[in-house]
Amino acid sequence: MGKERLVLVGNGMAGMKVIEELLAIAPDRYDITVFGAEPYGNYNRILLSPVLAGDQTVDDIILNRVEWYAENGLTLHSGCEVIEIDRFHRRVIAADGTSAPYDRLLLATGSNPFIIPVPGNDLPGVLTYRDIHDVEAMLAASRRQKEAVVIGGGLLGLEAAYGLMKQGMTVTVVHLEETLMERQLDRPAGELLKHSLEARGMRFLMKAQTAEIVGDGRVQAVRFANGSEVPADLVVMAVGIRPNTALAQRAGLYCERGVVVSDTLQTFDPRIYAVGECVQHRGQCYGLVAPLFEQAKVCANQLAELGYRYYEGSVTSTKLKVTGVELFSAGHFQGGGECEELLLQDSSAGVYKKLVIRDAQIVGAVMYGDTADGAWYFQMMRDATPINDIRSTLLFGQANLGDSGHGGVRQTADLPDSAQICDCNGVCKGTIVEAIVSKGLFTLEDVRAHTKASASCGSCTGLVQQILQNTVGNYATPAITPLCRCTDHSHDQVRETIRRHHLTSLEAVFAFMEWKTPDGCEKCRPAINYYLIVTWPGEAIDDAQARFVNERMHANIQKDGSYSVVPRMWGGVTNPAELRAIADVAERYQIPTVKVTGGQRIDLLGVKKEDLPKVWGDLSKAGFVSGHAYGKALRTVKTCVGTEWCRFGVQDSTRLGIELETMCWGTWTPHKVKMAVSGCPRNCAEATIKDLGVVAIDSGWEIHVGGNGGMKVRATEVLCRVESATAVKEYAAAYLQLYREEARYLERTAHWIERVGLSYVKQRLVDDAAGRKSLAERFHASQRQAQEDPWAKYADKCHADKFQTLQEVS
Amino acid sequence: MDRPTTNWIAVGKPDDIPVLGARVVKTARGPIALFKTRTGEIFALLDRCPHKNGPLSEGMVHGTTVTCPLHGLNIHLDNGKAVAPDKGCVPRFPVKLEDGRIWLGLTALRQADSSAPYTHSSEGDEGERPRLAKLEK
Repeated sequence: MGKERLVLVGNGMAGMKVIEELLAIAPDRYDITVFGAEPYGNYNRILLSPVLAGDQTVDDIILNRVEWYAENGLTLHSGCEVIEIDRFHRRVIAADGTSAPYDRLLLATGSNPFIIPVPGNDLPGVLTYRDIHDVEAMLAASRRQKEAVVIGGGLLGLEAAYGLMKQGMTVTVVHLEETLMERQLDRPAGELLKHSLEARGMRFLMKAQTAEIVGDGRVQAVRFANGSEVPADLVVMAVGIRPNTALAQRAGLYCERGVVVSDTLQTFDPRIYAVGECVQHRGQCYGLVAPLFEQAKVCANQLAELGYRYYEGSVTSTKLKVTGVELFSAGHFQGGGECEELLLQDSSAGVYKKLVIRDAQIVGAVMYGDTADGAWYFQMMRDATPINDIRSTLLFGQANLGDSGHGGVRQTADLPDSAQICDCNGVCKGTIVEAIVSKGLFTLEDVRAHTKASASCGSCTGLVQQILQNTVGNYATPAITPLCRCTDHSHDQVRETIRRHHLTSLEAVFAFMEWKTPDGCEKCRPAINYYLIVTWPGEAIDDAQARFVNERMHANIQKDGSYSVVPRMWGGVTNPAELRAIADVAERYQIPTVKVTGGQRIDLLGVKKEDLPKVWGDLSKAGFVSGHAYGKALRTVKTCVGTEWCRFGVQDSTRLGIELETMCWGTWTPHKVKMAVSGCPRNCAEATIKDLGVVAIDSGWEIHVGGNGGMKVRATEVLCRVESATAVKEYAAAYLQLYREEARYLERTAHWIERVGLSYVKQRLVDDAAGRKSLAERFHASQRQAQEDPWAKYADKCHADKFQTLQEVS
Repeated sequence: MDRPTTNWIAVGKPDDIPVLGARVVKTARGPIALFKTRTGEIFALLDRCPHKNGPLSEGMVHGTTVTCPLHGLNIHLDNGKAVAPDKGCVPRFPVKLEDGRIWLGLTALRQADSSAPYTHSSEGDEGERPRLAKLEK
């Protein structure tokens, strides 16, 4: 039996994205034929404005060259407009007589610019703004003519006007409404935008209704309903787009504003699919790229007959691609009704921010001048994050949550190409922009894969998202972020499934949740392994091959492949015998570096892999256990000396630190956990940047949570005050267990608390005493399994497969 | 091109290597990692990531890919190349299974200069490609 035939009508971004996705997941399923009315391969239509502005060339924005189609086994008919679908015989017919039979048909006919029905709209010199042809015509006109009028003050119109201005024309923007970009901006933001563009020399005629385009054989002026006129050598109509449904309608497919499709992107004829600007889904037509790509992913999944993805509509955000204008808009930005508004307006700095809040969640945002936090607000909007706890600082942005931000840089637009964005991997702005343009990237994940920017510590993620936004114009994050590329399920879905269906092994999870890869990958395997052992302690199998090398080897791998060994020093307290034992080990195994760590213990660096069991054996004999300096686990409990020695101390912080460490060591957590106990409010143990910090006060103890040193400094927030050390321990156990049970793998306590809100943590731990006790009990139950010293287990034994080379060959 | 005959050396039994894990054979020209996939296939690569010389043998094996433990570069076990869009390539060595033992072919080792990236033979050249040992359970 031959392959099924898939025909794509419309060689644009949406249709070709479906084909690319399909080739990735089911490369051999279809014989594919592509019809495109334009005489090119597929190009990046959203980058037409930079081409018009002279920032990029047509060549820069080609996504798939003509040769690409042949290389991938596709038949391309470019410059070939399909004029008929014969649904009875299942074939399409083009204007030049070419026809192609189909088993499945994909319509991606896009949209047409709306032409205002006024006299003179067909005069030479009147253009629309839609494709390469239009851009070339505008560029040609700008070389000969002077006066341009752009009708339409929306996104497209302003980008066209800006481009023409950059090409040296005098540009007047004519807009019917009072506010520019009224579909994305409220009035104050629209005003700021207008002033900024006026300062660059753009002219505006607001509330102006075009009555006629005047000209004798060629455009000469635009006349308005009030009788006034402006001279014009070139008129660009950019008043909106209409889904191109003509072909579908002729074929008898049900259309309203667009071709009506279901959640599987099928039209009323189930053999015919449609994606992109031509479709209407749940009453909504989209003209931005992000929703089209979401549709494309679903459509490819359906065409490959995998059938587990559905399109449920998109939440979108917008950016204007005008250099130096920072503008962001998303969701219900107008507010009103039951919404509240948070406003920040600084006219002299040219900054305006409005957040629309409903039921303690962000439902819309408009920002002008400072858009660094756009992606952050948008993410919270998508995730429906409760904002009550951060309401008072929300408008000031993520940097004011206690995060240190990113070197104070909040704007990427004005940065030179040589500015370093990702400090971990040394990636400059120019490299990122170049990759986005030349490789046709649209998501943060793509940018990370191709440039490594924001792929390490992630602190520059906001800046990378901003560059992405500035370059491609709009941006969307998926409604559900999949755990990794092996699945479409999120962290939370995986964990809930493990709990509900009592899954106790990786294999069971892979089978039950229909993993796309046989073994998972380096991202999902450790995560699932963690969820398994936390959900079913003592029952789930802890799979060594799902552990990173450090947790598998119980030591920290170093850049030269040697390891570092850190024995536990309870509360940072040691004695001469222990120090002597460490000194002996260091000498016996010729350990090159001995260093005091930031967590009050001693690091032995440069231990050879084959020496590890012997080193551990000697340390075990001296009474040491593993310090878990290598794990997503309890690291240290840092203390100051407290009442035992200090003249200011008000409680015995050292003793409480030792008791906490004794209680908590050996537990596995979503990410590393650090604790500290200070003996008085002077806080010498720096407890307020730990995951759990305890600060002694005269009447007892203050418990702090969610602090973080390192790449993003975040001070703790106060959970509560208690009177006794026993109470501290109960809270600590319950807090750790809540974190273990509910945070996502690799989410530090700081990020987890930012996500769920401190109120929630307080409600579970402070308000609900019974809940707290039962969390603490679950923690202790899990500790009975977990507190087995991994070093003692391997000490002095051979374990050849773990530590020895297989063979030496001379 | 004149090729030396492959020098096959027995380097232990398949059971010596954990599933989805690796073991190292030390040779005069550097460490060679032997990886075992879920299906029991065994692959041999120089135990040095092309990125920063990380020990690939300590990486996580999934499918026919290994993730370097130092910075997460993914390497195809079957051709030694970095998974796109990353670039880089690590020398690979033929492996076969006979008499219940793993045999490592050291031809490539003698040809390759371990300090320089290994260049691949063309796709169609069977003689130079590593043979994969499919192990019966």
